[in-house]
Amino acid sequence: MTRFLKILEYALSSLARRKFKNFSIIAIYSFTIASLASILLLTHSLKEIAVNVLADGPDIVVQRLTGGRHDMIPASNAQAIEKLIGVGRVTPRIWGYYYDGLYQTNYTILGVHEKLPPLEMVKGRMVARDGECTVGQGVATTQNAEIGNELLLINSKGIGHTCEITGMFKAQSNLWTNDLILFSQDDLQRFFATPDGLATDIIVEVYNPKEIPVVAQKIKQLFPDTRPVTLNEILHTYQSVFNWRSGMMLTIFASSLIAFSILAWDKATGISGEEKQEIGILKAIGWDTSDILALKFSEGSVISVTSFLLGISLAYIHVFLLGAPLLVPVLKGWSVLFPRLQLVPYVDMYQIFTLGFLTIIPYMASTVLPSWKSAITDPESIMRGG
Amino acid sequence: MPLIIKTQEINKYYNRYKADEVRALEDVTLTISQGEALVLNGASGSGKTTLLSLIGCMARPTSGSIFIQDKEVSRLPERFLTNIRRQTFGFIFQQLNLIRDISALENILLPLYPSGTSIKEMNWRAKEILTRLNILKKAHMKVSALSGGEQQRVAIARALINQPQIIIADEPTAHLDSFLAAELLQILTELNREGKTVVIATHDPFVSRHKLIDRVIRMRDGQIIGGLEP
Ligand SMILES: Nc1ncnc2c1ncn2[C@@H]1O[C@H](COP(=O)(O)OP(=O)(O)O)[C@@H](O)[C@H]1O
Ligand SMILES: [Mg+2]
Repeated sequence: MTRFLKILEYALSSLARRKFKNFSIIAIYSFTIASLASILLLTHSLKEIAVNVLADGPDIVVQRLTGGRHDMIPASNAQAIEKLIGVGRVTPRIWGYYYDGLYQTNYTILGVHEKLPPLEMVKGRMVARDGECTVGQGVATTQNAEIGNELLLINSKGIGHTCEITGMFKAQSNLWTNDLILFSQDDLQRFFATPDGLATDIIVEVYNPKEIPVVAQKIKQLFPDTRPVTLNEILHTYQSVFNWRSGMMLTIFASSLIAFSILAWDKATGISGEEKQEIGILKAIGWDTSDILALKFSEGSVISVTSFLLGISLAYIHVFLLGAPLLVPVLKGWSVLFPRLQLVPYVDMYQIFTLGFLTIIPYMASTVLPSWKSAITDPESIMRGG
Repeated sequence: MPLIIKTQEINKYYNRYKADEVRALEDVTLTISQGEALVLNGASGSGKTTLLSLIGCMARPTSGSIFIQDKEVSRLPERFLTNIRRQTFGFIFQQLNLIRDISALENILLPLYPSGTSIKEMNWRAKEILTRLNILKKAHMKVSALSGGEQQRVAIARALINQPQIIIADEPTAHLDSFLAAELLQILTELNREGKTVVIATHDPFVSRHKLIDRVIRMRDGQIIGGLEP
């Protein structure tokens, strides 16, 4: 025990002696870990969020396609669908995206209807009548809006619509609630100039989840111009977007990159003549090869574990506290979909361990092996001046 | 006095079977008694350092046997040699071989780190040796900040921390002025009086003729060509 502690203590003092070299290594190492971990944390968290959003989403969303493009659907279809066996409530929805040119952000505008998932109010109340609106925290922040303020939105025909803000709800793990604006159903219809009797889509509740595919098929037979999208399909699409395997590929690729740069760095700086001399001295005064290895192993562990923890912490701060500002520009697709990320910290320990394993092992190898090579030579050379 | 070191027809080749093969030692047979102070004397290249490193378990002979306190060591695996080296020998090198940017105290304690000696024991021994060598006040200074004489005493202290039976010194006065050389020999004399065996390789006549020395072994071209009492 004393042996281990003393060798560890000496390892620490040796690291402190080569401050410049070791700080540079820690800086490079933790930066690389931070960038990789940021990617992993971000993609994993987005995936979890997507799954959560959809988990309490509708069982089937029926859209209409005209010439392969999404089109408005007759609300009256709802009645026919409701008659199918196993189908619960069927609700035609009107909703749309709104791009605010001034603030360069996208909002989702939705009519208040009974199928709306419960929203937690921060203050104020829900929309009760025409001319009112309730907004997500994100909207309130960008617009710098307070309860009682008027919100002005201009539709695609250039007609302005003002509404009085009645309340704000909390941005939940469900990303979209952050940038959500709620109108009354009538206001919404007017704003998007939706013709009477048409809806954006129809959401269908199915009692038995196992019957979802069958019901979807029946809807398709009933209305051949529609596309019933089931929850499962959406989940699959999301999952393939945030595929774990692509994350793995990325990790492996990047880890080999680090391993390479560390090896290159080590080759460039090498184990210096001074370090070799020191190993020789230690051997000559009674250190065994295994003692030298324990020393170098401790040095390597301290460096790699410190860098690793530092890198992971930086990534955590970057992604979850700051909203991944350095990565969002890279993820072009998402930044349109989710203009400002409010990420909930979901961490996949397995990914973190993989990252640790793939970076610490090559680093340890690159530090311990060269020392081992010089530790196995006879200490005799130190008698002749190293 | 009982024998402490015995070499039996040892040979040491470097680069064996290669174009630059060197036979650094030729059938060297030598016995050293416990408590003896002995000098290996000879021109540069005569094999003194090679003989010291074989005796000190720093390397193994190509052929022949070496006994340290009746134990045959020439075929032992490295691990065992390290142990013997740590328990039996204190080395004073020609180059001081100190680690310059750590403290004197840390240098002195380094040989004990792998031995599992308790911290209390380490401190106690270090204090005793530092006091004895009159460098207690410099214990926490970096070696590079010490004077030549102080550095030499740190090197001696390091050689003594394991409480070795045998002290091996290779050309210890090569880089010293005559004052420091005298001081070193004074310290070695005291250690010898306490019963430690001292083996010195040197071609410095000041060392060979010093009152400390019991016996001088002359070497040439890897062979012992005679021993004489001073
Ligand atoms: N590592 C080595 N490789 C090849 N030759 C060596 C090596 N070490 C010593 N020698 C040779 O062995 C001989 C004896 O050297 P050494 O023991 O250092 O002599 P001394 O200490 O008396 O000056 C010399 O000829 C020297 O060149
Ligand atoms: Mg020599």
